[in-house]
Amino acid sequence: MTVRTVRIVAALTLREAVRRRVVRSLAVLTAMLLSLSAWGFYRLDAEFGGFTSGEARVAGSTVLNLVMFGLSLIAALGTAFLAGPTLAGDIESGVALALLARPVRRSAVLLGKWLGLVAFGSGFVAIAGLAQLVIVRTTMGYWPPHPLRGLALLAVQATVLLTLGLLLSTAISPMASGIVAVGLFGATWIAGVVGGVGEALGNESVARVGTVARMLLPTDGLWRGAMNSFQDPALLAQVGSGVEESPFLSMAPLTATYLGWIVVWVAVVLGLAAIAFRRRDL
Amino acid sequence: MAGLVWPGLRGSQAHSSPPAATAAPGARPGGAAIEAAERLIEGLPPAAAVWCSGLRKRYRRQVAVDDVSLTVDRGEVLGLLGPNGAGKTSVIKILLGLVRPDAGEVLLLGRPARDPDARARVGYLPELFRYQPWLTAAEVLSLHVRLAGATVPAEERRECLALVGLADRAGDRVGGFSKGMQQRLGLAVALVARPELVILDEPTSALDPIGRADVRDLLLSLKERGVAVLLNSHLIGEVERVCDRVVILDKGRVAASGTLQELLGRRKLRLRLDGVGPEAEARLAAVGGLTRSGDAFTVTLPAEQDPTTVPDLVAALVGLGVRVHAVEPARISLEERLLDILRTGSGEEHR
Repeated sequence: MTVRTVRIVAALTLREAVRRRVVRSLAVLTAMLLSLSAWGFYRLDAEFGGFTSGEARVAGSTVLNLVMFGLSLIAALGTAFLAGPTLAGDIESGVALALLARPVRRSAVLLGKWLGLVAFGSGFVAIAGLAQLVIVRTTMGYWPPHPLRGLALLAVQATVLLTLGLLLSTAISPMASGIVAVGLFGATWIAGVVGGVGEALGNESVARVGTVARMLLPTDGLWRGAMNSFQDPALLAQVGSGVEESPFLSMAPLTATYLGWIVVWVAVVLGLAAIAFRRRDL
Repeated sequence: MAGLVWPGLRGSQAHSSPPAATAAPGARPGGAAIEAAERLIEGLPPAAAVWCSGLRKRYRRQVAVDDVSLTVDRGEVLGLLGPNGAGKTSVIKILLGLVRPDAGEVLLLGRPARDPDARARVGYLPELFRYQPWLTAAEVLSLHVRLAGATVPAEERRECLALVGLADRAGDRVGGFSKGMQQRLGLAVALVARPELVILDEPTSALDPIGRADVRDLLLSLKERGVAVLLNSHLIGEVERVCDRVVILDKGRVAASGTLQELLGRRKLRLRLDGVGPEAEARLAAVGGLTRSGDAFTVTLPAEQDPTTVPDLVAALVGLGVRVHAVEPARISLEERLLDILRTGSGEEHR
């Protein structure tokens, strides 16, 4: 019964994502970003025709990270704004009344929505991210060392944010939950930058800001892990120990402990969302 | 779902005590005992479609539902009446597990409502009827059939849409539907998974007069098929025509309940009198509720009919020197009765 509900609701959520305007706007935004970056990479190569292969790799890897950040932003915004309406919107409009009066567990409905959204977010990251990598490859001849790992981490980043969006949408209105989720996403990224500055200056308490933010909402940590997979190892060697971290440069891949923490984080937030949703009067 | 039988196959039998299909007292783990208990349960009449007891719900300071108990028997159409804010929709939502009660128990078709499976054979049209705007009408129906765990062939689903007048809109997206069409779709959703109990919350609020007549016919056909219906409606005429029993809620409490005959069996006596002194007025009031405008007096007669009441009253009035011009009996309409109950707050129950 429960498994069937999860499956039906996941399929319904995917269908909603595909049929709603979110997808169209997401597609337009992505197409814009991809074509702009393609043009940019092409010009970069044309203007500085005399790149040595090493220089080309460094430039390609740096600009790739910049563009990937834009892509992760679109994925995060898109899924967060899809996660809010899918639950809170259903409750607000009354669609949830007829649905939840069926012999279904609310936790199964929530899990179904979550799975549908994860599938959608991951699908988007896979397609758009791969397209971006191919663009860089054809224009600059650069191919990142761990493309799959990087894309997977970006997909997890979208998952983290949409899970948060689901939790928020059990308590507040659809629009507000999207805005708060994206706001927190931006705040942790900034906290990560602040932490990086702290590390560079050797100020421990400032550096801790980034670490704490990365624990509370793992989106920034995941972004750094993804960057590390996309950038050229030679670049790290070249930059050396002068600059520890920058918003678009990551020295170390993610640890297994941190990945474990992310799994726990997602499970806890999803569990809280299930409890909040079960207790909610419609 | 083996225990559930399409209601048309079983006689609808009335009983309003806590239904029996849930517990087999004394059944210990052990094949023989369980078998014996199963036989015992099979021999029992089917449990009531809805049984709830002592429901309470409070939203912050506001008491929405206060000690509501009611039963809908198999194949019975029960009307839920009451003014705005009486708690009718809250009661319905508690029955369906959409709102958590602060206290009370609910059994749907003999199973505790805490278990979502209790709703497998329940159809529901919410007061706020909205369906996924990005799906077509046919897709909404098939979604609900799948969620209900039922298998309903496409042909039957189409018939269900035809029944509510949406046969030619099956392939259109719900987003483009008018309110009335969405309510019709909601009716189809409530009926599509072969329910044994249908709960309709204001099913005609967005419908035109023809739509209302359609719904009335639909309710009568459900009654014929032995499907239990819980109907919440403002339209008293609608309730009066189709309901077997009525529960009147006021300020979250059951103000009155009973069969239509019990509620409406009460008669009024209209009298035209003059020379009515205080003593005569007291004698009139002693019979039942008294209203007066000029020389016209209206007395509500007690529920238990006593053939001597009216002649005794007239004789007493004449004895007190009152001149009697006219005495005529009148039947109370449900509307009058409802207003009477709500205005006077007379809480006597008819069961």
